[in-house]
Amino acid sequence: DSRTITIETSVPFTAHQCDAPSRSVDTNPKELLTFFRDMATMRRMEIAADSLYKAKLIRGFCHLYDGQEAVAVGMEAAITKKDSIITAYRDHCTFLGRGGTLLEIFSELMGRQGGCSKGKGGSMHFYKKESGFYGGHGIVGAQVPLGCGLAFGQKYSKDGTVSFALYGDGAANQGQLFEALNISALWDLPVILVCENNHYGMGTAEWRAAKSPAYYKRGDYVPGLKVDGMDVLAVKQACKFAKEHALKNGPIILEMDTYRYHGHSMSDPGSTYRTRDEISGVRQERDPVERVRKLVLSHDLATEKELKDQEKEIRKQVDEAIAQAKESPMPEPSELFSNVYAKGLGVEAFGPDRKEVRAVLP
Amino acid sequence: MTVRDALNSALDEEMSADPKVFLMGEEVGEYQGAYKISKGLLEKYGPERVLDTPITEAGFTGIGVGAAYYGLRPIVEFMTFNFSMQAIDHIINSAAKSNYMSAGQISVPIVFRGPNGAAAGVGAQHSQCYAAWYATCPGLKVLCPYSSEDARGLLKAAIRDPDPVVFLENELLYGESFPVSAESLDSSFCLPIGKAKIEREGKDVTITAFSKMVGYALKAAEILAKEGISAEVINLRSIRPLDRSTINASVRKTNRLITVEEGFPQHGVGAEICTSVIEESFGYLDAPVERIAGADVPMPYAANLERMAVPQVEDIVRAAKRACYRSVPLAAAA
Repeated sequence: DSRTITIETSVPFTAHQCDAPSRSVDTNPKELLTFFRDMATMRRMEIAADSLYKAKLIRGFCHLYDGQEAVAVGMEAAITKKDSIITAYRDHCTFLGRGGTLLEIFSELMGRQGGCSKGKGGSMHFYKKESGFYGGHGIVGAQVPLGCGLAFGQKYSKDGTVSFALYGDGAANQGQLFEALNISALWDLPVILVCENNHYGMGTAEWRAAKSPAYYKRGDYVPGLKVDGMDVLAVKQACKFAKEHALKNGPIILEMDTYRYHGHSMSDPGSTYRTRDEISGVRQERDPVERVRKLVLSHDLATEKELKDQEKEIRKQVDEAIAQAKESPMPEPSELFSNVYAKGLGVEAFGPDRKEVRAVLP
Repeated sequence: MTVRDALNSALDEEMSADPKVFLMGEEVGEYQGAYKISKGLLEKYGPERVLDTPITEAGFTGIGVGAAYYGLRPIVEFMTFNFSMQAIDHIINSAAKSNYMSAGQISVPIVFRGPNGAAAGVGAQHSQCYAAWYATCPGLKVLCPYSSEDARGLLKAAIRDPDPVVFLENELLYGESFPVSAESLDSSFCLPIGKAKIEREGKDVTITAFSKMVGYALKAAEILAKEGISAEVINLRSIRPLDRSTINASVRKTNRLITVEEGFPQHGVGAEICTSVIEESFGYLDAPVERIAGADVPMPYAANLERMAVPQVEDIVRAAKRACYRSVPLAAAA
């Protein structure tokens, strides 16, 4: 069913140094149902990761994306896999959006061979280069210049594609962002800086970290757009607009007003610096999955029961992926020394006791 | 051929051979390079491949690394490696570790190059050797050319290599001329990464050095020869990978080792070489290993103090004699 349905965005876009795109977004039944399925899958996947972490099957850091799903899904709806995406450490759902599988995700989270980085990257380091996903970066803010570099590569190669560099409201205050934006504007690089403003950089509220939390305006001479990041159709419209803009005129900033339900990472209950009322208020009024559910129901594209059944099916898929991932073996010990270099030159590398463990680098 | 011309010709030939190679950095284009290493390249390859950047190392280094992720072969020039400190996160975390973290999906074929180490009279913030800093990090390759042949062969190898290479030049060598072989002038010429070069054979004591210190070690070897000490001088060329086998083979022959570097002594390149020899060739040593390094102080400005802070030829000669138990001059002993 591909008949066009036109839907108004929740709120108008707020524009800086450009004319805002229309609030009327064209979609169709198939797209709306896909949005529901994809976002519900992401939601379920992150809740499952929470449980796996608490069961001590996931180690180290784990940053969950639930609440922010509309950004990953809306962005994908506006672009192709030839466009590039790079993000920070909250990367599970972005990877899924790029065509990664649940099995690769859970395997990587549990440090197994079947993971997208063969268990060598972990939660923060997912990649899928063949469909334009360049990570997965653990150092706050560094992915922004890197994303501008991807756009440099696209322009240099005359590929006619763009790069999306995602960062949070915490990274939005970093110097390297402004350095890279300046160069991108000077060189007309086809890059879209996407500030996923979830209003807290770790536990620091945006107003405590930014003199101006109007992140879409922070590029000064670079155009910007403030978008309801909980509205997948608004995200799609903004990303489509931004891609066209970037190909013609160079960089643009999209500020996605979004929210993370979880704390910053698994060690953060997320309740010391914000109220439970605030979290439940967002869940009730702005939840991105519920918004699409309502649209699907109000346009009679599926029944409430059909959507519930789909969620059950998703739950089953997630559980199956976890079961399969648990079967995936841990990496071979020899993997310790693989991929240090693309070309290891046959050099010897050592383990902690070099008399005991050494290997020739491939 | 001067080292400057050697580097310039290597850049030119590799840019000509591979359209994915481009050069970016401060003043590399219209200014022709702060040290004229990129002279003529803007005119020849145009502003799309020779890019002047603002003075924002974190930004342009990140962009260079991102372009390498995408599959280009960037050469990022630092006006001096002291400024690379502003971008070290991108060199270590963004460049060196990506191939490993992605299990080989994201290789990073990039060269970071520029002058390193002490220049003359520029004070503490512009005089530091970063060889040990970068060489400590797996995922990076670290090269230090001495002669014009080194400069050509190693830079061409670095540009062709699929991994991130930190290429440490020396400002004071740029204008120096070295004889070059006909073979090294061929556009296909390339030196292997990870292999040291024995610059001078000897049998009594091994002296390891890199970059400008190779010249000092060779001068010291001449002086030592007059006093009947035959010194073997190893030009390391590559700090990571480190050619442990060449170093150890030499020490097993001479039974004595002097390491020379301009950098700070603590946790330096000499410390690593010393450890390697103790691990692999302990039984062959006839004397304690001697380290000659920069003084353990920030670089002073005043000429007399600066001279005291960097290794001199006489320091190497003295240490070699000590290792050969010849610290008391023969004449005086007689």
